[in-house]
Amino acid sequence: MKPTDISAPDYFHKVVDCQWACPAHTPVPEYIRLIAEGRYSDAYMINWKSNVFPGILGRTCDRPCEPACRRGRVEDNPVAICRLKRVAADFKDDIKDRLPKPGPKNGKRIALVGGGPASLAVARDLAPLGYHCTVFDGDPKAGGMMRSQIPKFRLPDSVIDEETDYILDLGVEFKGGQRVDSLKQLLAENYDAVFVGSGAPRGRELDIPGRKEAAANIHIGIDWLANVSFGHVDKIGRRVIVLGGGNTAMDCCRTARRLGGEAVKVVVRSGFEEMKASPWEKEDAIHEDIPILNYMVPVAFKHVAGKLIGVIFQKVRAEYDAKGRRNLVPSGEPDETIPCDDVLVAVGQENAFPWIEADCGIEFDKWHMPKVDPKTFVSTNPKVFFGGDAAFGPKNIIWAVAHGHDAALSIHRMLSGEDINERPLPEVHVSSQKMGIHEWSYDNDISADKRFKVPHRDKVVALKDIRAEVELGYDLKLALGEAQRCLNCDVQTVFAAPLCIECDACVDICPMDCISFTENGEEDDLRQRLKAPSPHHDQALYVSGDLKTGRVMVKDEDVCLHCGLCAERCPTGAWDMQKYLIDMVQAGSTCQSKARSAA
Amino acid sequence: MTYIAKPKFHHPGLKKNELGYTHRDYEGKISTLCAGCGHDSITASIIEACYELSIEPHRVAKISGIGCSSKTPDYFLGNSHGFNSVHGRMPSVLTGANLANRDLIYLGVSGDGDSASIGFGQFAHSIRRAVNMTYIVENNGVYGLTKGQFSATADRGSKSKKGVTNTDNAIDLVAIALQLGATFVARSFSGDKTQLVPLIAAAIRHKGASFIDVISPCIAFNNHAGSTKSFDYVREHNDAVNRLDVLVGREPISVDYAPGTVQVVEQHDGSRLALRKLDADYDPHDRLGAQTFLQKHAAKGQIVTGLLYVDPDAEDLHTHLDTVETPLNTMDEQALCPGSAVLDKINASLR
Repeated sequence: MKPTDISAPDYFHKVVDCQWACPAHTPVPEYIRLIAEGRYSDAYMINWKSNVFPGILGRTCDRPCEPACRRGRVEDNPVAICRLKRVAADFKDDIKDRLPKPGPKNGKRIALVGGGPASLAVARDLAPLGYHCTVFDGDPKAGGMMRSQIPKFRLPDSVIDEETDYILDLGVEFKGGQRVDSLKQLLAENYDAVFVGSGAPRGRELDIPGRKEAAANIHIGIDWLANVSFGHVDKIGRRVIVLGGGNTAMDCCRTARRLGGEAVKVVVRSGFEEMKASPWEKEDAIHEDIPILNYMVPVAFKHVAGKLIGVIFQKVRAEYDAKGRRNLVPSGEPDETIPCDDVLVAVGQENAFPWIEADCGIEFDKWHMPKVDPKTFVSTNPKVFFGGDAAFGPKNIIWAVAHGHDAALSIHRMLSGEDINERPLPEVHVSSQKMGIHEWSYDNDISADKRFKVPHRDKVVALKDIRAEVELGYDLKLALGEAQRCLNCDVQTVFAAPLCIECDACVDICPMDCISFTENGEEDDLRQRLKAPSPHHDQALYVSGDLKTGRVMVKDEDVCLHCGLCAERCPTGAWDMQKYLIDMVQAGSTCQSKARSAA
Repeated sequence: MTYIAKPKFHHPGLKKNELGYTHRDYEGKISTLCAGCGHDSITASIIEACYELSIEPHRVAKISGIGCSSKTPDYFLGNSHGFNSVHGRMPSVLTGANLANRDLIYLGVSGDGDSASIGFGQFAHSIRRAVNMTYIVENNGVYGLTKGQFSATADRGSKSKKGVTNTDNAIDLVAIALQLGATFVARSFSGDKTQLVPLIAAAIRHKGASFIDVISPCIAFNNHAGSTKSFDYVREHNDAVNRLDVLVGREPISVDYAPGTVQVVEQHDGSRLALRKLDADYDPHDRLGAQTFLQKHAAKGQIVTGLLYVDPDAEDLHTHLDTVETPLNTMDEQALCPGSAVLDKINASLR
C-alpha cells in the first residue's frame, strides 16, 4: 500500500466515526470533552453551529452517530452521544449574546416554504449574512413536523420555542398560518431564491376492505398526531391498534396510551428486528406496556353498522431468495382478528407537491419527486432549491439540517455570482496535545464504565399527562460519567516514520493490538498479516513510508482507544497525539470559523 | 513509564489459547521502564511464548535479582509466583525453589550486571548444576539504573554515550554457558520477536538448564553510534544461524523450506523444534563447534544469534541427585521429618 496521506481532510474525519456519520458532521468528541469540563454553553454552541437544534435533537435525533461510535466496537454499547447533546442544552447558561446578529441587509430576498428544520437551517445560515428570509408555514408557529408530529412527552414546546426563536430573532420573517398554495404565485413575487422545505406531509393510506365503511375510527397517524399536538383531539378508544413499524407508529401508540388507550397494540408486517423504528423507541413503547406483534399483514377492517370492531390479519413468515431478498409469504395459519375501537395507520409518509404548477420549470421524476441535485440541492429551476424530506423523501431532522446548510451555501454562492457546483474545502486544524512527558491536554485514561441509563419519569405519572416529558435527561453526575466513556477519536495517532527506531514499544503497549510492523503489501494481504484480526474493511489502515529495516508501520484504525499509550511509550516522539478539528463549510464560513475556534 | 494504567479493553477478535486465555491474560502490571526499553519487548515475548504454549500462569515461578531487567517479572504473568531476590542471587533462590517444588516452570530473569558481575558465580553454578529452568539475561551492556556505566558484557572498544571507550574485555555469557554445560543455549535480540518468541518457548519446554542471552538496547544510555548494543548496530551485525519453530502436540510439520534445510529436534516432553538452517555449516548439536563458531564470528564483529546448542536428551539436577518425584510441599510432615530413628539409620550408614 502507498503511505497514507493524512493531510487529506477526509482521512482523519473518517476516524472520528460519529462525526463522519453525522449528516451535519457535528464535532462530537469536542463537545463531549467540553461537557466533561462543565463548559455546557461552549458545548451547546458547537452543536448549534453544526446542527442548529441541539435541544431538539438531543431528545429526538435518529442518532446515526451512535451505531457508528467506536465504543460500540470496543464494548457492548456506544456512547450516549444524543443524550449528552441534551445535557449541553439543559445546563447551558443564557447563550443569546453568543448568537450571530442580524447582518446589515444585502437587499436579497429568500422565500422559504415550510417552517420545519430544513427551512429554519437555511434561514439560520443566511439571515446573519444580510439576506431577508421569509418563512411560510400553514401552522401558526415555526417548527414544522418537530412541533406537529413529535409528541410533547418526548419534546416539550418550550424547547422548540427556544430554538426556533434563536433563528427567528435573527431577523427572519415568519408568516405563520400562510400555507403556500402556488409556487407560481410565489415566484411571481420576485424572490431572489426560493427554498422548499415543506417535508413529506402526506401519510400513506391503507386501502383494504372496510377502510371507507369504518373511516370514523381509522386515523392517519401523522394527521392524528398533529391534531393531538394542536389540541384538536384529546381522546381515543380503549382498545387501539397501531399499524406500522416506524418511529411514527411508536409515537402513535405511546400517545394513544395517554389519551385513554388502555389496550394498545402495535402490529407490523415484518419481523420485530426489521422494523424501521429505532431500537430505543421500540423499548420505550414496550416499557409502556404496548405489545408489538410481528409477521401479521392487515387484510381487512371488520365493522358492524359503520362501527369499527377489529382488524383481520393474515399471518406470514419471512422467506429469503437466492439474492437474500426478503419475501413475506403466508404461513398457512388461520387469519387472526384483533378486536379494537380505533386504528392508527402509520405505514409511511409520502411527498406531495400539488402546489407546484407544471410550468414552474421544476421537473419531477417517475416517482413524482422533484429532480434535485444531491450536492447543491438545486432543482431544475436554478432559483428554486429543495431540502429535508421535500428533497429526497422522509428521513429525519438531522438530515434536514444538513440539507439546509448545503442549500444555504448554494444560495449564497449563486447570489454572490459564484458557481454553486464549486464547494470550498473545509478548514482543518491539527494540533499536538502533548503537554509534558506523560501529560496530554485531553483525558486519556479510558473509562471502563458501561453506558449510563437516562432517568425516566415514573410510568404511572408519565402515562397520566401527555405533556409530561418522559425522559428526564442525565443529571450532571451521570453526564460526567457518560462523557468520560467517549474515546476522543478526534485526538489522532500521528506517526512520523523518519523518527521511528522500530523498538516495538508501541506494539507492546497498545491495548488493542492495533499496531503492526511488517513487510508492505496490498491491502487485502496486509490485513491478513496484522497482529490482530481486521474484520472491518471500511475502517482504514494507516500505513507509513518505508522504515530502516524495509518494513512499514501499519495501524488498523478500527478499535484504537486513542489512549495515547503508543505516544507515551515512544522514545523518539515518532508517535504524537494530535487533535483534529474540521470546520465544515457553511454559507459565510470564513468569518464564522473564527467564532468556533474561540469556543 | 506512563501515568495511566493500560486499559482493560482488548481487541474483540483476539484469539484464545487452549486454556481460553488471550495473550492479554498473561500480562502483568504496566512497565515503569523508560519508553522504548528493549526489556519491554522481551517482556512481550515472554507473554507471547507463555500464551502460545497455553501455560497455566499459576504453574510458573518467575525469579529475578536486581536491576532494570530484574524489575520486568512484575510486567508479565501477573498471576504467577514471583520472587524479586537479592542482587545477583536469583540463581541460588531459583535453585532452592526448584529443589523444593520441581513441578513449577522456572523463569529466571536477570541482566548483564546481575549475572555477569555481582552474580557471575551464581550464574555459573546454576548452569553447571543443570537446574531445570529458563535463564534469560536481558543484556544491554550498561548499568542503566546508575546512568550508563559499562557493564561486564560491554564489548572492548565500544563507546559510552559520553564517548569514552571501553578498555576491558567483555564476558560472553553464551560462551560461558556453553563451556559450563548448559543443554539449551541461544542468543537473540529484543528487536526481533519472530526469532525470540520461539526460542523462549523452546527453552521453557527444555528439561535442563536453558540459557538465553537477549541483547536489549538501553534507549537511555546505550543506543548511540559507537555502541555495539544499539538497535542499529545489532541489526547490521546480526548473524542468525537458524530460525526456529516450536511444535507442540501432533500437528504435522508443514514448513515450506527447501528439503534438507529443516532439522527436527524432538525434546524429552514430546515437543519438537523445527530448525531452519540459515548457515549451512552450523550444527546446533556440536558444543565444541559452537564455541569455535562463536569466537570466530565475534572476532569479525558479528553477533551470532539463534539456537546455538541443544541437547534434546539432557538431564537435570533432580535426576543427578536422584530426588523424590513429589514436590516437598505436597508431602506430609511424617515424610518430610521422619524422626530421629531414621536419622540414626542414615548416620549409621555413613560411619
